[in-house]
This record gives sequence, structure tokens and C-alpha cells, in this order.
Amino acid sequence: MEKQDYLELYRQMVVIRRLEEKSAELYQQGKIGGFLHLYIGQEAVSTGLISTRRPEDRVITAYRDHGVAINCGIPAREVMAELLGKATGVAGGRGGSMHMADVNRNFWGGHAIVGAHLPIAAGLAIGDQYQETGGVTICMFGDGATNIGYFHEAINLSKVWHLPVLWVCENNLYGMGTAVNRASAVSSIQQKARGFGIPHSKVDGMDLIKVREAAQNAIDLVRGGNGPYFLEISTYRFRGHSMGDPERYRKPDEVQKWQENDPICIYGEYLVNTSMASRDELNEIETQAEEEIKEAVEFAEQSPEPAPDSLFDHIYVE
Amino acid sequence: MAKITVREAISQALWEEMEADPKVFIIGEEVGVWGGTYAVTKGFYDHFGPKRVKDTPIAEAAIVGGAIGAALTGLRPVAELMTINFAFSAMEHIVNEAAKLHYMFNGQFVLPLVIRTVGGGGRQLGATHSQTPDAIFAHFPGLKVVAPGSAADAKGLLKAAIRSDDPVMFIEHATLYQLRGEVPEGDYLIPIGKSVIQRPGKHVTIVTYSKMLDISQKAADQLAADGVEAEIVDLRTLRPLDMEPILESVKKTNRVVIVEEGWKSFGVGAEVASRIYEEAFDDLDAPIQRVAQLEVPLPYNQNLEQLALPKPEWVVRAVHEVL
Repeated sequence: MEKQDYLELYRQMVVIRRLEEKSAELYQQGKIGGFLHLYIGQEAVSTGLISTRRPEDRVITAYRDHGVAINCGIPAREVMAELLGKATGVAGGRGGSMHMADVNRNFWGGHAIVGAHLPIAAGLAIGDQYQETGGVTICMFGDGATNIGYFHEAINLSKVWHLPVLWVCENNLYGMGTAVNRASAVSSIQQKARGFGIPHSKVDGMDLIKVREAAQNAIDLVRGGNGPYFLEISTYRFRGHSMGDPERYRKPDEVQKWQENDPICIYGEYLVNTSMASRDELNEIETQAEEEIKEAVEFAEQSPEPAPDSLFDHIYVE
Repeated sequence: MAKITVREAISQALWEEMEADPKVFIIGEEVGVWGGTYAVTKGFYDHFGPKRVKDTPIAEAAIVGGAIGAALTGLRPVAELMTINFAFSAMEHIVNEAAKLHYMFNGQFVLPLVIRTVGGGGRQLGATHSQTPDAIFAHFPGLKVVAPGSAADAKGLLKAAIRSDDPVMFIEHATLYQLRGEVPEGDYLIPIGKSVIQRPGKHVTIVTYSKMLDISQKAADQLAADGVEAEIVDLRTLRPLDMEPILESVKKTNRVVIVEEGWKSFGVGAEVASRIYEEAFDDLDAPIQRVAQLEVPLPYNQNLEQLALPKPEWVVRAVHEVL
């Protein structure tokens, strides 16, 4: 990667942070409806991970998907417009917060039923294997998803069929409000891959550089025809599970301790310490990101609602 | 025209579509080496190979979810669920994914997917293996649900389903595979979403589909001996439901009996009857009668099981009720 690529990743993380902060504000103002799951604290995970993908690699994730959408190259204005349910949103206002996708950017959603997108990810990989595209499917999911049947069916199939899929567990320590050790037979999620004979590793998800290295190594292995790989990325969400989370399950000092490990600060320090960027350059990126989000909100607010007569569009192709 | 079995008709449809389009492949339990538990895909594995005839683990969510993912990449999978009773293990992927993805992502996701499965009772398989839950799947916008009752329709509809860009649930009936019927040669297609008059008559309209078409035909034969000419409308597709031939027929006969194998409550008959009442109330000379499975989980014991399943005599009785 060149210097500008490193700075671009910083930009993406800051854009995600500002987008999420703004989303929380708009949610409280009643401008965003439904559920809203923020990615704040986990930005280094998808930013580092997706920075290693090639255009032919598919990305699929769960419902905490705004950050992933940004990393896949969807403009913040289209994400914001989707959050506001507008016709200009990335899913035309039909999907909302949990269902962002952009096929042209090889981003396959945004899936809101825990674990249910894992078999679909296996299927995307079946498609690539069948058509010999050379693409890898990167499938992200939370620790909570590893306790549901779909996970086990999909992971097993991927190994039996030697599918080109990179399984990425974002372990943020809680499935909604239930701690990993209260829900999972093993607290080390990567151990579950061992049971399927799938190679695995674990990396610190607060450090983008470490995530990138681990992801690059993993994706190279999968691309090299070695079958699936399982990467556990430990991370933490600084906000509640969703906007309606009373957060009775964790103590403020635990949250504060993690917040001291802010992935954006860690990466910023890295860029400054390695002379990749000056403080001024980072400040400039932050100013631009704020500008971008401001513009995104304006765009979203000024965008039209989906037309009432479009209600029945896209139920069927034919 | 050749007379072939429903099994041969389905097999031919699959074979021809696989020969014609390298994107078509089969994925399911025992579809390959075994040749299909109902022998529908016998010989496919040797001819098309393991890439295109994929034996899966016993994992229905992986079968349907995997087929959905593969369809999103432009392939045209035909997923097989060994019986419709196992479809419940893949319910999430059928009704919450396949039926939703095209709409929810604003038309970006296209799923040219067929889920072939087998329903029906009457084979002493007990309560978990004998159900006819077709109506459940027809409840969901976004799915197409097809259930043929003849060899010709089985072939023509399956070929249309494979060529469709929408997810199609294709429900076969376990006791229909041996049924013989004339099937036109060559590239024979039946459009999805078209009901059809299978037998013309003027005194009563019998609306039915799948296995109950055969039962209704037998009833109509008995009625004919008494001078009652029953017109049989075969739904063939449950969603989208084509009411046109039914409403036309009701105009003529003014009397309706609906015959389905599934339970009466919240069933196909309930839906069809409601639509007739809504759209053709004034054409009716008698309340609609419904013939359906008795409201009980099907028992293993043959005598008990048969007590619960609709038979021609029930249809005849229902017709006399409305005449």
C-alpha cells in the first residue's frame, strides 16, 4: 500500500464514526425509524478486512452493516439516504439500516436474521467455485451467530466442499446483551472452526494494521485453493446493541476501558509514529469527513420519498 | 404423444434443462450417487458429474441457503428438499430470504432458483413425514408456488420454473410419481400462474390441484354415471393464483366444491372460496363446499391414516350438497 492508501483507510474509519454519530442523532430526532445498530468501536475490523479484498471478492455481513457499506465503496450519502428511507438510498428505501447492499460493488448485504446469511455466503462461494471466478467470499458475522444452527450447517458445508470463503467472526463479547461465556460452550470462538478441520486464527480488532495482516494472510490462503478459513476478530462496540439498549449487562468502566483503545486513535497514532501522516493531515481528513457527512445528511433530507406507486415493484422479476 | 409417468416427466424436464444450460445444477440430499430417493435423478450423476449434481449433507438450511447464494451469482440451481416436511428446517431461507431478497434490495438481487420438494400423505410415514403444507408457502409474496397434478404439467411447469428468474417452490406429490399421462414431445413449457380447466362440465365446478386432481377426476367419473357433469379447474400454481378460469366456470355452473389434501383450516380452499365470494358471490346458487384432510396429524396405522385423507366419495358427497 502507498501512503495515500493508508490515509484512505483512516478516512473510511472517520467517515464511519461520523456517519454513526450523526445517525444516532437523527434516530433520536425521529428521522430514522426501525432498528439502528451502530458500528462505533468496530471500525478497524471491516476497514482492515475489506482493504484486503479484490474487486472479484464478495462481501456479506449481518445487520450492523453501515460501516461495511462504506468500506465497500458506497457513498455516505447513499447510506444516509437509505437510513432516512429515501428513494436515493442504496436499497431505494426498501431495506433500511439492516439491509444495505450494492451488487455492483460486490457487497451482498446487510442481513438481519442472525446467522442466516452464512448458508447464503456458502452459496456465493459455490457460485465462484462453479464458475471459477477466482473470487473469495468474505462473510462477517457476530459471536452470537456462532451458536445458531445455520452457522454449523454453513461452516460444515464449506469444509466438505472446499469452498473459497473467509469466515470472519467479529467477537464484540456480547450477542445483544448476553455475554459470550453465557451463550457459547467455548469462549474462544475460533475453537469452533477446529471442530470442522478449518484453519483459524484470532486477531486484535482494535488495531487496523493487525487486522489487515491477519486478513491478508487468510484471504491469500483461501484464494490459493486451500478451502475455507476462519478468522476471529476481537472487538468491542462502544454503544449499545441498538438504540433501544438499556445496557444493564455491562458496567460503564468496562466500556470506558475499551474506549481508551479507540481503533481510530490507535491507527492515527500508527500513521503519525511511522511518519506516514502528520497530525495536520489527519485533522484535514477529519474535517473533510465531517463535511462529507454534513453533505450526506443534506442529500438524504432533500431526496424524494419512494413513490407510492412503486410499492409493488420488485416483488418478482417476471 | 408419449404416455409417461410423472417421475419420467420431471426427470426429462431436469435433464433437458441441464443439457441446454450449463448454469443449471442440482443440489440436495441423495440426488447424486443414490439417484434421488424417488429415483427422479437416476443416471444424472454419471452423466453430468459431481459438479452439477451435488450431494449435500443432511442440512436443509445449507441446501436452500447455498442455492440462494449460488443463484445470486447467476447460476440456476434446482435445490431438492427430500420431502416438504424437511422444508421446515429451511423455512428461514425459503420464506425469509428467497421470498424477500429481490424486493428488499430494490431489485438488485435476482434469484433464478427452484426448490423441488415432495408432499402428501397416504404412505404410512407417520405425522412428521406425511404433510401437505402447501398453503403455508403460498402465503408469502415473493415466492412462486407450483404444484402439478399431471405428467404434462409436471414437465412443462418444471421447465418454466427452471427458466424463471424468480424463486419457485415446486411441490410434487409422493403418490403421483407412477401416474401416467400424455406429454408432448420436445421443448414443452407451461406458464407459471395459469389455472386450467382439466375436464369440462356444466353442473358443478370442482377446484383442485396436485394429487387431488386425480381424486377429483375419479369423483367426476362417478358423478358422470349419475348424469352430473363436473367441470374440474386445476390450479397448478398456488401463487400467483389465477382465478380467471374458476370465475368463468362459476358463471356457468353456479356451484363450487374445492378439493385439497391439506388441512381445511387456513388452507388453499379457504383462500379460493373467499375469492369466489368476493368476486362472484352473485353467481353462486349454493354455499361453497370444501373437501380437505381431517384436522389430525396423520397416524401411522393404515386404516386410521386413510380415514383422514380425502377420497372420491367425499367429493361426490360434497357435490351433492351443492347441487
